[in-house]
Amino acid sequence: MAILLLADHDNTALSEQTAKALTAALQIGRDVHVLVAGKNAKAAAEAAAKLSGVTKVLLAESDTLANNLAEPLAALIVSLSGGYDTLISAATSVGKNVMPRVAALLDVAQVSEIIEVQSADTFKRPVYAGNAIQTVQTTDAKKVITVRSAAFASAPEGGSAPVETITAAPDPGLSKFVRDAIATSDRPELTSAKIVISGGRALGSAEKFKEVILPVADKLGAAVGASRAAVDAGYAPNDWQVGQTGKVVAPHLYIACGISGAIQHLAGMKDSKIIVAINKDAEAPIFQVADYGLVADLFEVLPQFKEAL
Amino acid sequence: MKILVPVKRVVDFNVRIRVNPDGSGVDLSNVKMSMNPFDEISMEEALKLKEAGKAAEVIAVSIGPAKAEETLRSALAMGADRAILVETDDSVEPLAVAKILKGVVDAEGPGLVIVGKQAIDDDSNQTGQMLAALMGRAQATFASKVELEGGKAAVTREVDGGLQTIEIELPAVVTVDLRLNEPRYASLPSIMKAKKKPLEKKTPADYGVSTAARLKVLRTEEPSTRKVGIKVKSVAELIDKLRAEPGVL
Repeated sequence: MAILLLADHDNTALSEQTAKALTAALQIGRDVHVLVAGKNAKAAAEAAAKLSGVTKVLLAESDTLANNLAEPLAALIVSLSGGYDTLISAATSVGKNVMPRVAALLDVAQVSEIIEVQSADTFKRPVYAGNAIQTVQTTDAKKVITVRSAAFASAPEGGSAPVETITAAPDPGLSKFVRDAIATSDRPELTSAKIVISGGRALGSAEKFKEVILPVADKLGAAVGASRAAVDAGYAPNDWQVGQTGKVVAPHLYIACGISGAIQHLAGMKDSKIIVAINKDAEAPIFQVADYGLVADLFEVLPQFKEAL
Repeated sequence: MKILVPVKRVVDFNVRIRVNPDGSGVDLSNVKMSMNPFDEISMEEALKLKEAGKAAEVIAVSIGPAKAEETLRSALAMGADRAILVETDDSVEPLAVAKILKGVVDAEGPGLVIVGKQAIDDDSNQTGQMLAALMGRAQATFASKVELEGGKAAVTREVDGGLQTIEIELPAVVTVDLRLNEPRYASLPSIMKAKKKPLEKKTPADYGVSTAARLKVLRTEEPSTRKVGIKVKSVAELIDKLRAEPGVL
């Protein structure tokens, strides 16, 4: 039977995470339909139709689907579930919110954040902040899965799947969208960037974080991340947090600046191809995972680094 | 209004776990266990709402072995009024946890369930959403701000691009994120007092829930390790090294 992949999008554009989750979906089965649920989301649906390997795009549009509220979105997915044996999504904030709701409504166990597909019912997933990897096999007839997108490459473009418009399921009417406070930035998205530069507690203030980290990020064309300590202290916004409970990234180059390297942070970046650590403390655990460590004061060396690029 | 706060006994967040060499699982013998850090945040939020006069009673519930009583005593020491231990030695998957919690919700009728967004052992991030589904009620996940007013909750959520605020009808389930609050430490007198607070013992069977696993764990292994890196002496050397790596700079 076919696979239903929930698209991650903002109505106008499809996020890169959808293309990554598609790669995982195509390793489970060959007939993948993409569900684009939103409002005025035709552009996102057309982008999904171009992804290679997609056989059909379902476009559901309504006011209640405009803001990814869990209750109407889960109701829609459940209404479609009869035709699918696998329901899958990238583990984005939307996927993580809605898929367990779908799983419970279908009385199915969810497999969260898979990093490898071994067969159509057997997957690898990290537990204990990535310090152990479990191989799990589902026994349910239907499978509900979220995908850690950092572990999969993006499916390329090159398809031309038909887009079919479908009607939204009735809204249970339990929740209402009030407002979004979404930062817009010209920098690449953290979870799909080729280079990520992150700052930690050592930055000392939001002003210093901006003054020291951002110019290097802009010169490199990098996304900006932060440790939990830096976010908790208010130096960086919450959506920059890299770690076990924040975003998980695996860029070509990860530069950790003034980050000690708690296991919870390492869980979010240790699959990066090259890791650079800059820290004054030569004993900082971050150096244990770094390919290149520089024991130095980041306030001195980051401006030099930027000039030398 | 009652608030129900599920708390889980997990490996302490500072412990570096060991994987059994035979692939059978993680060695949890003689390892420090604590309350799941997200559940401490849930408990703190419930207590704050009670202190603000928005709730009358805070009930802590834990599903786990007899030793989970320690976790419930910690919740009582923080300030929960009473506790329920649903005792089982099985490893209970999130769906079964949600079903047991649904049984507790049916028995207690809370206006709000506040739960951690994920447990730091299995990192599933499912239970709250599943409970909301089984209750047929709204969910507000990854909360960084919760305001109760007239049978509704306005919840600000941490989402991928920033923050989203939604309004949900109560009863509902809120799952908490890190920035919601700073959990309190229990004082010595309240730790003593917690020993005398009521703690009711139940079993999954009392709620008619089977804890049989739906997911078979075939193997548990160590993650692949990174090769040991080098220390560079200067920015110039660092840049030389990075330029020598294909496709990096």
